Amino acid sequence: MSSHRQADARLESFPDARGHFGRYGGRFVAETLMHALEELEATYLQVRDDSAFWSEFDRDLAHYVGRPSPLYFAERLTQELGGPKIYLKREDLNHTGAHKINNTIGQALLASRMGKRRVIAETGAGQHGVATATVAARLGLECQVYMGSEDVERQALNVYRMKLLGAQVIPVRSGSRTLKDAMNEALRDWATNVDDTYYIIGTVAGPHPYPMLVRDFQSIIGRETQSQCQEQIGRMPDALVACVGGGSNAIGLFHPFLNHTDVALYGVEAGGDGVATGRHAAPLCAGRSGVLHGNRTYLMEDDDGQIVETHSVSAGLDYPGVGPELAWLKDTGRATYVSVTDEEALSAFRDLTRIEGIMPALESSHAVAYLRQLAPQMERDQVVVVNLSGRGDKDIHTVAKIDGIALA
Amino acid sequence: MSRLKVRFAALKARRRRALIPFFTAGDPDLATSLKLMHEAVAQGADLIELGVPFSDPSADGPVVQAASERALANGVRLCDVIDLVRQFRTSDEDTPVVLMGYLNPIEAMGYAEFASAATAAGVDAVIVVDLPVEEAPDLQQVLDAVDVDMVFLVAPTTTPKRMQAIVEHARGCLYYVSLKGVTGASHLDTSDVERRLAALRSLCDLPLVVGFGIRDAATAEAIGRCSDGVVVGSAIVQSVAELSQGASNLQVTQCLGPVMAPLRAALDHL
Repeated sequence: MSSHRQADARLESFPDARGHFGRYGGRFVAETLMHALEELEATYLQVRDDSAFWSEFDRDLAHYVGRPSPLYFAERLTQELGGPKIYLKREDLNHTGAHKINNTIGQALLASRMGKRRVIAETGAGQHGVATATVAARLGLECQVYMGSEDVERQALNVYRMKLLGAQVIPVRSGSRTLKDAMNEALRDWATNVDDTYYIIGTVAGPHPYPMLVRDFQSIIGRETQSQCQEQIGRMPDALVACVGGGSNAIGLFHPFLNHTDVALYGVEAGGDGVATGRHAAPLCAGRSGVLHGNRTYLMEDDDGQIVETHSVSAGLDYPGVGPELAWLKDTGRATYVSVTDEEALSAFRDLTRIEGIMPALESSHAVAYLRQLAPQMERDQVVVVNLSGRGDKDIHTVAKIDGIALA
Repeated sequence: MSRLKVRFAALKARRRRALIPFFTAGDPDLATSLKLMHEAVAQGADLIELGVPFSDPSADGPVVQAASERALANGVRLCDVIDLVRQFRTSDEDTPVVLMGYLNPIEAMGYAEFASAATAAGVDAVIVVDLPVEEAPDLQQVLDAVDVDMVFLVAPTTTPKRMQAIVEHARGCLYYVSLKGVTGASHLDTSDVERRLAALRSLCDLPLVVGFGIRDAATAEAIGRCSDGVVVGSAIVQSVAELSQGASNLQVTQCLGPVMAPLRAALDHL
């Protein structure tokens, strides 16, 4: 038992000093960026022990973001599925409509500490771009957001939101013109403007120390869930479910529970048309280890190591990689990864909207959809917490289009 | 002695600065790449740098990105690039060839298989853009075992402490990235390059070559003055791209002369 606990302690203390989670993570970037990453790491390690930094962070989360987000018992959904009690962690109620703001608040504070007056970001669905533009507006920082030109078309609403917030959205027309290419372009910008620019990465991927610091900022989700579970049910939940694209909402929920090994962790990837078709975005379920965007992790790639195009109805999950800590949790067996298809996610979107009056983002709908498979395997007196990472307003056009309805 | 060492020693003896053209392998196609390599030698290239196409070239500017996309559209794989070097070696035993690319295709092939295939084909050195010295030991060990040099990049942002670590691991030569940015950028500060190269010289005896942002006789001459060689990439890739649109292979190879001759002359003038 004591050796078991030791193993657990190791789980929470990762990454190691060089940013490795087991064989994953690390720092694989061009030499030009290495010093900037060393600087960022040094700054972050300093503020990590600085209570003034964290009180400012907590204050912003409380009064600007609106935290704590509720933990809501979804009674009718629980009845409908006939299994464990289902609780929803309502990240959709955060300012800007998703968990993404937890991270951009933290990184914008870091940028200010480092004296950087310009921030850049990559975005897929536009949620991280909006969250970045929002904190930039609040702190008066110059902000440029890179977005694949395909996504600019698909997510016109968020593009306009970012513009209203004063950010410049730069369409990226190289490669597959989606999130991964936006990240390449952000890295190029950073290499060129490294002296005055802070790169706010939106997920728990990228070169060390990003996976660590983004996780730390997002871990507020799991910490709140722990105390809310204590208040509402008097114990820890039995299972946690979160969708996994890059993985920031999942690791944010999971991380404080890593040592509670009797809490099962389920990460739900985007199965697209079905993993067997190859048209999906599920590197943990069907990819293999490789190096992209500064870290070693599971990737969607061909036999020659070229990154392949991914597919998901949800732009926020449409990414060929995943955070290195999630990759490591797969290999250690601590987390279980599954996938649901576009169709299943869309059904869950409709179900939750009709049954609970909560319209989830298509990303979060993947986590909700997995409940149909998980619930029958659990007992009625058990408790499962689902991370409702974002709200679905941004997806109404996508859903309407699938329904054949043209909105003005 | 490695081909790289022999070549740099010979250049030093002749006080000649190395002119190092860069091509993306397989752009516009592998057969043309082979002709371009031979033509480059005829036009005064001392080494050849061969880009390995990658789907996500995050350190490259638009010109090399586009070349990489064209090569990938042609189905060019890492094993094809290695085979291109093997073909080149059947009629050129002397000109060193350096592969430059990103780590993931090498990971996918496997380090050991890559090292043995590369050395068998006559590859002399490898630059892995996204593999900084801290993460490099595993790959370097297998490359060392087959005498393929691992060439590291040094950037304007490299601190003295990092410079020391890089110099300790460096093989063959050092590649100084002349500016903060991506390949093909146009904001070169030659006096800054000169200062940085002087700092490197005080740390090691390795040949110093400079790349990123060198596009014409004037920049080549300014950089050549303080280095052992210059890499010219985007300027060459761009002219190959322009001429290969609908042109025959013969015309494509003929495009090298007008780009390389002024550079060669500028360097020889020093």
